[in-house]
Amino acid sequence: MSANRLLWPLAALAALIVLNVVVTPSFLELRFQDGHLFGSTVDILRNGAPTLLIALGMTLVIATRGIDLSVGAIAAIAAAVACTHIASGGDAITAMLLALGLSALLGVWNGFLVTVVGIQPIIATLVLMIAGRGLAMLLTEGQIITVSDDLYSQVGAGFLVLPIAILISLAALAGVALLTRRTALGMLIEAVGVNPEASRLAGVRSRTIVWTVYVFIAVCSGVAGLMISSNVNSADANNIGLWIEMDAILAVVIGGTSLAGGRYSLVGTLIGALVIQTLTTTVYTIGVPPNVTLVFKAVVVIAVCLLQSPRSAALLRRPARAEEVAAR
Amino acid sequence: MTAMAPTRIPRRFLPVVATFAVFVLTFGAGSVRYEGFASGQVVANLFIDNAHLIVLAVGMTFVILTGGIDLSVGSVLALSTMIAAATLQAGWPVWLSVLAVLASGSTLGLLMGLVIHHFQVQPFIVTLAGMFLARGLCFLISVESVSIKDPAFRAAATDTIGLGGGVVITYAVVVALLVLVAGAYVLHLTRFGRTVYAVGGSESSARLMGLATGRAKVGVYVVSGFCSALGGLLFGLYMLSGYGLHAVGMELDVIAAVVIGGTLLAGGVGYVAGSLVGVLVLGTVQTLISFEGTLSSWWTKIVIGVLLLAFIALQRLIVRRGPGT
Amino acid sequence: MRGISIGFPGVKALSAVDFRLFPGEVHALMGENGAGKSTLIKTLTGVHTHNTGEIRLDGAQVSFTGPGQAQEAGIATVYQEVNLCANLSVAENILLGREPRRFGRIDGKATRARAAELLARIGLAIDPGSTLGSHPIAVQQLVAIARALTVDARVLVLDEPTSSLDAEEVAELFRILRVLRDDGVAILFVSHFLDQVYEISDRMTVLRNGRLVGEWRTEELDRMALVSAMIGRELGALAEVERRGERHSPGADVVLRAEGVGRAGAIAPFDLDLHAGEVVGLAGLLGSGRTELARLLFGADRADTGRLVVGGTPVRVRGPRSLIARGVAFSSEDRKADGLVADLTIRDNLVLALQAARGWARPIPRRTADALVAEFIGKLDIRPADPDAVIGTLSGGNQQKVLLARWLVTRPKVLILDEPTRGIDVGAKAQIQKVVADLAADGMAVVFISAELEEVVRVSDRVVVLRDRRVVGELRGGEVTVDAVMTRIAAHPEPTAVAG
Repeated sequence: MSANRLLWPLAALAALIVLNVVVTPSFLELRFQDGHLFGSTVDILRNGAPTLLIALGMTLVIATRGIDLSVGAIAAIAAAVACTHIASGGDAITAMLLALGLSALLGVWNGFLVTVVGIQPIIATLVLMIAGRGLAMLLTEGQIITVSDDLYSQVGAGFLVLPIAILISLAALAGVALLTRRTALGMLIEAVGVNPEASRLAGVRSRTIVWTVYVFIAVCSGVAGLMISSNVNSADANNIGLWIEMDAILAVVIGGTSLAGGRYSLVGTLIGALVIQTLTTTVYTIGVPPNVTLVFKAVVVIAVCLLQSPRSAALLRRPARAEEVAAR
Repeated sequence: MTAMAPTRIPRRFLPVVATFAVFVLTFGAGSVRYEGFASGQVVANLFIDNAHLIVLAVGMTFVILTGGIDLSVGSVLALSTMIAAATLQAGWPVWLSVLAVLASGSTLGLLMGLVIHHFQVQPFIVTLAGMFLARGLCFLISVESVSIKDPAFRAAATDTIGLGGGVVITYAVVVALLVLVAGAYVLHLTRFGRTVYAVGGSESSARLMGLATGRAKVGVYVVSGFCSALGGLLFGLYMLSGYGLHAVGMELDVIAAVVIGGTLLAGGVGYVAGSLVGVLVLGTVQTLISFEGTLSSWWTKIVIGVLLLAFIALQRLIVRRGPGT
Repeated sequence: MRGISIGFPGVKALSAVDFRLFPGEVHALMGENGAGKSTLIKTLTGVHTHNTGEIRLDGAQVSFTGPGQAQEAGIATVYQEVNLCANLSVAENILLGREPRRFGRIDGKATRARAAELLARIGLAIDPGSTLGSHPIAVQQLVAIARALTVDARVLVLDEPTSSLDAEEVAELFRILRVLRDDGVAILFVSHFLDQVYEISDRMTVLRNGRLVGEWRTEELDRMALVSAMIGRELGALAEVERRGERHSPGADVVLRAEGVGRAGAIAPFDLDLHAGEVVGLAGLLGSGRTELARLLFGADRADTGRLVVGGTPVRVRGPRSLIARGVAFSSEDRKADGLVADLTIRDNLVLALQAARGWARPIPRRTADALVAEFIGKLDIRPADPDAVIGTLSGGNQQKVLLARWLVTRPKVLILDEPTRGIDVGAKAQIQKVVADLAADGMAVVFISAELEEVVRVSDRVVVLRDRRVVGELRGGEVTVDAVMTRIAAHPEPTAVAG
């Protein structure tokens, strides 16, 4: 069942890779130089690291029947906080801790609106999506803050054989996978997503679980914001994390997790994030103007969604189902 | 059984009334604080500057009433300015260009509606794809901004109608208000409109009542697509250019205006008149901040966010006090 | 309808069923769950299409591709759940889709006038302009009937229309049905309440497992014969619990005590003691406050007054968790909305409450979970006996057993069961009743709610009777008989002020 759900996203990813290899035969090559690994695939992973990180959090949020539109704004705020602190002479560690602390606080705010006040998640987080970017600009006073701090630039541009950004995102993926599968967290998140009232009556601390998930995604967004800004050594409140919420949601949906909540797939999200990033890179390599990437993104989204939709699933499965019944 | 209280305002109008009160308050605050704020022309300018937003909000109201959402409106608006600018540049007559814009916007809406209805994919995702598609198509036409030089188009943009007392409005305002009236007419006095409300109230019930729910669900996206295209024409008149980076993020403003105007995102409750007031509130905030001068533009976003929050909280209160806990 | 067969992918829902309906009579369609009643109705009303067979209306063959077409042909339906739009006005709900129009636009005035006319015909005095959602469910149900009248229905289908109505409202409904019947309307009536079926129907058709059992005139078929026809065997399964020895008199140790617990609009303050080893039945009509009482005992809703004392210590109620921690368990009447986690497996559903109590950080070891699941699948005879089966695909009875097991694994001291046997087949019902008896014998305190008085009387040691959202009496030992309970329920209200 879950392997079946991953079939189409995997096929899309494979098709994109094949296309790339055809256009650029050196696409899959890796070079090892100065203790660093280079290559197109490494670039894809590195550029996709922030999206993957946020998509991880988004998977859990969507599993609880929620959605978080404010991740891009939180990323911008985190970057703005860190860079203004460093620019005014603070050290990088404090700056990053401050940024992540504030991100967590914004997550607490979103979680409060969703669980305590009971506002639909799409609207609750829309508030911060709109106001958050204003806040980030307030922090940077509308300027692009540039910083030069070696430690800070490690987060987004550093290498430890592989780019550090990739390592952070993969570590987060492994951490979340372990945490949800080795503990009962995954099952409880799914239970809350499938039927919140039944879970409450069974004694599940739904509110705490949902709230935690919003804090988690906010921290993910904060880290992603730091990655993006440290990669370019600056904070541009207007553009950091712009549309990243959309990419993250797409990654989750392409990965087979339904927006209606419930069952989720972290591996699916990883594949989804890779599909999106590979697509972006592919469009560059085949020489289409970068802005037109959006058209291809739209086509892939529609294709994957249509293939996953219940209606087309029924059309595809009908002959198989009949055989199954006959076999019984 | 239930006693009637004709003198009291029915609960379903409360959000709209509250929005209107906020509009009056913010506008009143501006009038007290700034000389020249309380002039007829400032009010007229609210309409002139936001004519396209009013049209978009009418379309969005249809969609949200069915419980859906349309994220593509900003991009379709941009695409419309682009198509208009490109076709006029290529020497098409204005009427043909306008027709092409409206047809392409409606078609895009139709396609999204069909996918949403027939393949049961969430509106959020489909219209997100539509948003990407329309934005990408803009850049396929041209990466640069294309200015509109057609004399007839320019004339329509700059001609004004005097309302007496030196107050003038543009033709775009007239178009926007006509769309608003047409929207209200369709929603309240046609079967299509009532089906839209019924679908938002309970889709399965509406289907069992034998209503044409599919047509309503697809129809609202056509309406929204058409409104986005028309909004694009008005925006084209306002900017006199077509550009792929026009109206980035405008869908958020539109959704905010509709919600502030008292339409429930769950569907089934709301009025286009409320959406108009929602747009006016946003416009007033913007005007206030520009009058202040020292305040930077990002305050607009913060204030819109706070207003949105306040109105959502108000809706929660009303819903909680409603029947059945 | 003749020789109707319907197949869904993998399931045969109806096979070659013949069914006829005459004008001017009320025809009851009877059958246990899964007999094919809903499927037959949905075929008749155009929701499903039939693979074989034919539907004839006034002798002419018809074929519907949607509910709209069936309605145009004069077949109107009122469903169990009110299928109207609560956000619209009463008048609109009655006439939606066929409003009077003038110059192509809807004529609001004429709509309200026509709606008022139809409401008057069924004797319902409400403002047609008011919002439907502001009325109680019973009124909404009658509005649904008014809607059915707009099509000049020649066939009126009522699918469990009385399940949320009280006795007075049922009487009102029947009055209206008789008027319509005398006007020559053919009425198809589905209900689980045998009394009502015998009161209103002229003819009965019984289905079982998607097949036709037979058609009788109501007076030709007595109750025993009807029940045998429906379940396809003699009432042996029920006899097993029929006599479960003498009723226990309350022992000394009170497990849970409610002192003046109440909630405005839900139930007036009440006192209740639950003793270890007894089954306390809550009897009363729907809406009498029995569900509300149970929810307060579990902390599912917040009480305005009074306090709960569990095992001698008062509990600060902050939600279900406060009581779960003290060994109280509650299975809600609405299985789908409040019980099942439909997309998860039997295993996950079964251990959910236990896992929730342990917290997410201490998962139940896989081996322990498997052992528990295997134990309860065996004990309660859950089918399929596959822990990885998704619970949404199980039959109602098996779903109910899993939900029961969910609480039994937590080894509660008090078990509150709200309608645990509703809508499940007779076999599963008997099994659940037996489990309840065994649990009490092992020392658990059980609160048992059921709409069927016979069942409450059979299972309980003590019966608390509710009426109009207050506790009105208690029967114990030899006093517990159906007649005694009915008398309490039907007694005239005491001349005190009605609680708010």
